[in-house]
Amino acid sequence: MTRDMIEVEALTKRYGETRALAGVDFSVAPGTVLGLLGPNGAGKTTAVRVLTTLALPDSGRAAVAGIDVVRHPAEVRRRIGVAAQDATLDRLLTGRQNLVLVAELSGISGRRAKARAKELLEQFELSDAADRVLKGYSGGMRRRLDVAASLVARPPVLFLDEPTTGLDPSSRLRVWEAVRQLLAEGITVLLTTQYLEEADELADRIVVIDHGRVVANGTPLELKHASRSARLEVTLASPHSEAASAIASLVNGPVRVSDDGRVLDAGVDPVPGLATSVIRALDVAGILVDNVEVRQPSLDDVFFSLTGGQLEDELLPGRPKSGDDGDKVLEGARS
Amino acid sequence: MTVTTEAPPFVTTPLSERSSATSRRIRDVWAMTRRNLVHISREPMQLSDVTLQPVLFTVLFVYIFGGGIPIPNGSYKDFVLAGLLALNLVTSTMGTAVGLGTDIHEGMIDRFRALPMWRASVLVGRSFADLTTSCICALIVGVTGLVVGWRPDAGVASIVGGFALVLFFAYSLTWIAMCVGLKSKSPESAASFGFIVLFPLAFVSNAMVPTQHMPIWLRDVADWNPVSAVTAAARHLWGNPNPSAAINAWPMQHPVLAAAAWSTFILAVAAPLAAWTFRRRTTE
Repeated sequence: MTRDMIEVEALTKRYGETRALAGVDFSVAPGTVLGLLGPNGAGKTTAVRVLTTLALPDSGRAAVAGIDVVRHPAEVRRRIGVAAQDATLDRLLTGRQNLVLVAELSGISGRRAKARAKELLEQFELSDAADRVLKGYSGGMRRRLDVAASLVARPPVLFLDEPTTGLDPSSRLRVWEAVRQLLAEGITVLLTTQYLEEADELADRIVVIDHGRVVANGTPLELKHASRSARLEVTLASPHSEAASAIASLVNGPVRVSDDGRVLDAGVDPVPGLATSVIRALDVAGILVDNVEVRQPSLDDVFFSLTGGQLEDELLPGRPKSGDDGDKVLEGARS
Repeated sequence: MTVTTEAPPFVTTPLSERSSATSRRIRDVWAMTRRNLVHISREPMQLSDVTLQPVLFTVLFVYIFGGGIPIPNGSYKDFVLAGLLALNLVTSTMGTAVGLGTDIHEGMIDRFRALPMWRASVLVGRSFADLTTSCICALIVGVTGLVVGWRPDAGVASIVGGFALVLFFAYSLTWIAMCVGLKSKSPESAASFGFIVLFPLAFVSNAMVPTQHMPIWLRDVADWNPVSAVTAAARHLWGNPNPSAAINAWPMQHPVLAAAAWSTFILAVAAPLAAWTFRRRTTE
């Protein structure tokens, strides 16, 4: 069995009164991506800081490529690339100068440093802006350069702390594409993100942390199954006052009714034959149905149920906002 | 995005080469020095500290104060040039404090800390970059001085030695400035170091006027001020008028030795202190 590239055991870290990590365990197998998810302040960045030798843990153990981060930080640094959450590049240097500087400080000498910088600028489509000072870069260009800088020394382990936060969709796709390329080359990645879509796209496994603890750990599919939170959407032929109560016994929680009264929406357990039961129940009540859809839970739903939805709404693209005006929420009669 | 098919697999050894610790350190320092020099060239304000300011100060002092301050056995312009050199170099160390303060407060320092580099090169590289700009500053002061009529009266070695001594002193001060930059809560508060410490340090000295005219308590402070020793040493080595030679205080009697001793002492205390502060500041 190959050794995990990242191992974290019972890690704790306090900043003053704040318990940033309260006993965190996870591991990342070689050549895979771990998505580390959690609301703001959950401890994601602290975990990354400990693993990248920027912060010392209070207790517990962390190792990268089999090397203890506390005992041999210098050896760990030779094997990692880090794209931190705040842009950590030099605003007064050009893109090329930044990459050459990082290369030289990684121990790559003169000509090879320049060649490597050129290669990365091409790979990340920054060649045109290579000799412009960073101040003039857009947010997307800067993030791409940040990821490029983390790859300069071809590290076997890469840490990406919210690599696409604040990026426009097309820049986000480019960063994802770059990460996929790296995976094809065998790199191991720890990715923190607030975008569940991103974790779904890239991660082999997902660890959700909240208040410094791991609240879920599994593949995206496992998490979706475990959350048992599929959604049911029923479209009626015409609005009907009895519709919500007719299906209330089949769903979890409240049934939401759209403004025009035709669309019902509720969380359900994805049990076999659910759609049949729904149609039958509505039929018995004499209600005509145009469409029934049972949607598998998205990671958004999973995350929401695990952490109590502490992410701000705007960070959850595609999720119906719970407090929308005009939504009539009827209490389910299931309890 | 281009697909690089020929790229070697990531799982093998990373690109970085293993080389001796000393040569790695030298290369890290060299890379950081160049980085900081690029910074200075891109920040017009910082650059004006060592280019425009020396010219301005030299012209102002020579033509405005020159007539009003009598110098025994010589002219004010011959007297003041060593003082101007010291003044310009001392006040420009403010840039060191601000620059390092900015590095600490921006994310860049985290990038450096996660790289397999010699961490002290952040400090050493900055000190070398600032020494380079100090040399440019000294050159500009010297040339401006010659243009307005300053004339050294000594051998070339002695003149160069005078410049070297002031530069050595400025270099030792950059390490104090780095301690301040590392301690400061923001780059702006690092800047206030200039006004609170550097200006009094530069002016309560024999740099601009002979200390003989100062109130007695201030005069004692000025005569023991390292800036006075450095200035007197430069005047002595350049063969320029040095009224301080008549003062019965040890540093004024042995200015070259005093200047070298002050600079060595400051460096010996401030450099380890800066390294220690840097380590503390970057440990969490």
